[in-house]
Amino acid sequence: MSDHAVNVQRVSKVFNLGKTNEVHAVDNVDLTINNGEFVTLIGPSGCGKSTLLRLIASLVEPTGGSIEVNGKPAEQARLDREYGMAFQKAGLFDWRSVSKNIELPLELMGWSKSERASRAQEMLELVKLPEFGDHHPAELSGGMQQRIAIARSLAFNPSLLLMDEPFGALDEMTREHMQDELLRIWDETDTTVVFVTHSIAEAVYLSSRVVVMSPRPGQISEIIEVGLGDRDTSTREDPEFFKMVTVVREALRSVESQ
Amino acid sequence: MGTHAADIESDNTDQLVVEQLARETAAGSDRRETMAAAVRQVFIFSAFIGLLAVAYTVYKVFGQAIDDAQTDWWAIGSILPRSDDLNMPPVVDILKAFTVTPGGTDKVLGLQLFDEALFTLREAAVGFVAGAIIGLAIAVLLVRSKKLENGLLPYVIASQTVPLIAIAPIVVIWGRKNLDFLPWEWQDWMSVSIIASFLTFFPVAVNGLRGLQSPKPENLELMESYAASWRQTLFQLRFPASVPYLFAAFKIAATASIVGAIVGEISAGVPGGLGRRILSQALVYTTAPARLYAAVIGSALLGIFVFLLIAGTEKFVLGRQGREAVT
Repeated sequence: MSDHAVNVQRVSKVFNLGKTNEVHAVDNVDLTINNGEFVTLIGPSGCGKSTLLRLIASLVEPTGGSIEVNGKPAEQARLDREYGMAFQKAGLFDWRSVSKNIELPLELMGWSKSERASRAQEMLELVKLPEFGDHHPAELSGGMQQRIAIARSLAFNPSLLLMDEPFGALDEMTREHMQDELLRIWDETDTTVVFVTHSIAEAVYLSSRVVVMSPRPGQISEIIEVGLGDRDTSTREDPEFFKMVTVVREALRSVESQ
Repeated sequence: MGTHAADIESDNTDQLVVEQLARETAAGSDRRETMAAAVRQVFIFSAFIGLLAVAYTVYKVFGQAIDDAQTDWWAIGSILPRSDDLNMPPVVDILKAFTVTPGGTDKVLGLQLFDEALFTLREAAVGFVAGAIIGLAIAVLLVRSKKLENGLLPYVIASQTVPLIAIAPIVVIWGRKNLDFLPWEWQDWMSVSIIASFLTFFPVAVNGLRGLQSPKPENLELMESYAASWRQTLFQLRFPASVPYLFAAFKIAATASIVGAIVGEISAGVPGGLGRRILSQALVYTTAPARLYAAVIGSALLGIFVFLLIAGTEKFVLGRQGREAVT
């Protein structure tokens, strides 16, 4: 495996190329993410952070540049199931039980029934909902559904986890709880995480590096090393934490005043 | 994590358990409410039928009174039906018609109607299943390609403007002549099934297409992120997502299959079912008007029966998944 989990070079994405409603969503972006890193993409809406994530996931084709994931071209990496993905909406299939939702990617990959079942139970334990396997998604709260979605994205042990504002729809308390859970899971599983958010505090609390993006055209304006060490509950009240929040906020302000 | 963190953790877990208990209690009372609702519906339906019979009788008495007084009231006979026993046989006569044994037969009319209903039900059921399969196949084809959807959908809609009465005899003759290569002997009632399927495929195709297109972009992106094949996306996502839409279509298709079977029997001259019964009672209407009413009531009951059958299956299937029907 290569040293870099993600290697984005001079990548651009133009939607509706050549038409009057042409949009330069991502313009000439370089970004390298190392194995085991937790990197957050932040920026005002329309800055192309979600598009960049989708380019890495090969859900969107770039109009220029090259993207490698685990040393492979992005599309090959998708076909080889190198990454798991979680979205803002949990997007669980409501006709499947919670366990069967987690088993979905394993089913598509042709795992045997018993392997799937034991894996689903492991994942339920990882997200601390071991007794909810037989429930249907509609019976779970929003935070619980999001945890199942994370369990689903990690079920086949991908080395890379791509998350598009996964906690955006949750209330503040649940959100902080989920952030701690995610850091614990990140710690336990040696996964690389690329995380899109529009919350400054979330970005600082979670990541080792914060990538600040600017809109029209979407570009990386600054990359901030967070360097807070291991997080615990006192981190959120740490002066160092607030200092980093201020650094990121000022970087975002300079982006918006451009 | 410190001890403080552990406290937060257990608080959160407690909250989850409390929420879960609340949901389970709600689910229990939901089941009881479903039962109560079913009983209530049966009661309302019976009351409605009773009221209908009362209204029918009241109108009849009212019209009779006007006739007896020999006053000519313009509305009756022009806008409103005449209320004499030929046009409106008394409710009691209609009920009695079910129990009389018509001349030349050895069964009471009610039982004959039951047999004929079974005959028509078989035609309709085969037509329903065939139509559902064809409709689903069309929906899958249309969801597969936008070009096909744009090109073919207008013809699917236009197909429903073809008058059934016109094609029914053609289908029967074509079935007799051209379907003799099949491993089983072709019978006329099978042709009626084809006619019924002509009405049933349409709602399944249109609603099925809507259902297959109902998965949200994030669901489709998820499948794409798993590098799922088109077939895997169809079977694991699009089909299950379309189930509530399909049931809505099945309810329309089921009643339409009965209409199609009855119209098909009448216009193709196929004996043995309710269609032929309605036709023959209509021919002798002046001698036994209540019997035509009985045949019509029998047909209506058959339609209600198949509708309830689908609605019940829907409740069972979707209820177990905690999903709601699309109406």
